[in-house]
Amino acid sequence: MITATDLRLTFGEGTPLENPALRGMSLTVNQGEFVTVIGSNGAGKSTFLNALAGEVLVDSGKILVDNIDVTKLPTHKRTGRVARVFQDPLAGTCEGLSIEENLALAIKRGKRRGLGTAVKKQYLERFRSSLATLGLGLENRLTDKMGLLSGGQRQAVSLLMASLTPSSILLLDEHTAALDPKTASFVLELTQNIIAEQKLTALMVTHSMKQALEVGTRTVMLHQGEVVFDIAGKDREGLEVKDLLNLFEQQRGLTIDDDSLLLS
Amino acid sequence: MLSNIAFYGALETGLIYGLVAFGIYLSFRVLDFPDLTVDGSFPLGAAVAAMLIIAGWNPWLATGAAILAGMAAGAVTALLNVKLKILNLLASILTMIALYSINLRIMGRPNVALLMEDTVLTPWYNLGLEYHQVSVLLFTFVIGVSLFLLWRFMKSEIGLAMRATGANARMARAQGIATGGMIILGVAVSNGLVGLAGALFAQSQGAADVTMGVGVIVIGLASLIGGEAVITPTSVFRALLACVVGAIIYRLAIAFALNADALGLKAQDLNLITAVLVTLAIVLPGARVSLMNKFKRRKA
Repeated sequence: MITATDLRLTFGEGTPLENPALRGMSLTVNQGEFVTVIGSNGAGKSTFLNALAGEVLVDSGKILVDNIDVTKLPTHKRTGRVARVFQDPLAGTCEGLSIEENLALAIKRGKRRGLGTAVKKQYLERFRSSLATLGLGLENRLTDKMGLLSGGQRQAVSLLMASLTPSSILLLDEHTAALDPKTASFVLELTQNIIAEQKLTALMVTHSMKQALEVGTRTVMLHQGEVVFDIAGKDREGLEVKDLLNLFEQQRGLTIDDDSLLLS
Repeated sequence: MLSNIAFYGALETGLIYGLVAFGIYLSFRVLDFPDLTVDGSFPLGAAVAAMLIIAGWNPWLATGAAILAGMAAGAVTALLNVKLKILNLLASILTMIALYSINLRIMGRPNVALLMEDTVLTPWYNLGLEYHQVSVLLFTFVIGVSLFLLWRFMKSEIGLAMRATGANARMARAQGIATGGMIILGVAVSNGLVGLAGALFAQSQGAADVTMGVGVIVIGLASLIGGEAVITPTSVFRALLACVVGAIIYRLAIAFALNADALGLKAQDLNLITAVLVTLAIVLPGARVSLMNKFKRRKA
């Protein structure tokens, strides 16, 4: 379970470029929920995710993961609880390392690393069976360099790496946005399967309102660093993009002018 | 042609600079951390080993102390970068400059001779081998052991975490790797290797000198890049092997250049030759690819 309370963060405070990215953001994600997060550019989606992951530290507010206060912890000390897939398919894996080495890094996420061999024989069977679920034939290419894989393949492996060890929450930062439509839907389907199979708690940022409604169990919209609306269960069923827009207008008295949100 | 002694001499220094190349491979290639500390940690290793040997220490223990001194110097550079957020290149220059004074302090004077002192080489002279072969054999052993240990380390969990830190720090952090700690450890190990090289160099040359570190970084880089041009570093093992091969080729090339009377080169031209060799080593692999592409296009 994740509880974020009144998160505030301003970039470049006291400079002409001062940018308040989070203005009192509060959100509670319960065990087993799959929350989709939408919002126009600058709404604070990525900053919120970065704050949860520890890449940025908030100015004020509190972040609890499974009732443990992680507000002040750097990224690497949160990874036992927080797993992550980036937007850039090249960012989640190491291209100079082989597939098995990347997976060996992930299998030790949040654990102590020692001087023993990283790619242990007893891991290989598990790596192969996990890779086989992708249906990309990667299970026979364990020693291939990650750089030889396509963006979609790498994103699929990133997803696998994030789910290789248990975590309290999986953060997905527009992880299909940089892929072509066919690959994007493949990766999205894979995401849903993994989350359903392992009963993960997940937070997925997306730029597409349609996707936000079709995927997951709950949808949260951010605007100017705050939650504008938060719908789940019955209220969310059968909702369409235009309903979301109406909802936003009701709440804010504004219309959305971000084309990419409407078109995609 | 090279005389026997010149050949063994080139081999001997080549093996020592192979250790420097290992260190530079760790910092420049694995961690992507341009580290110039080595110009200071090389004479630091030499100074520490020389002074301790003169003080009556066992030469191997003195060499071990030189490794630790080099590691400490590397750790200082990395701490300046990681904790105080000083640009990595600048941090290493600061340590390098500071080490010049420290090395003078350690030795008490600009150079210290090791004549008549027992070094790591002394016990082997009684085995009936030729004088110049002893150091080559011993250093081959040292570099072989270092290569094996480094290779195993790179394959370990911590080693893999270090490689990820240099290749993709954001991903490394997301996998729970303390990237700052990895940089400190890596740069320390790198300079420990350079300290070892300095200690061995002083013992084989019979002296430690405060200026012996000048240009070590360039020679190490030349060895690294030259080696990579000969042995494509597709794996960690090949990359480490390339360091040794590159260092030996480099020293042999220098020896040939200086010995070929027709070229008219003299010892003072050493740095110029180094610069030319490094440039060639950087440019040639690229030129080879573009030439091959041209050739292919013509055929098509």
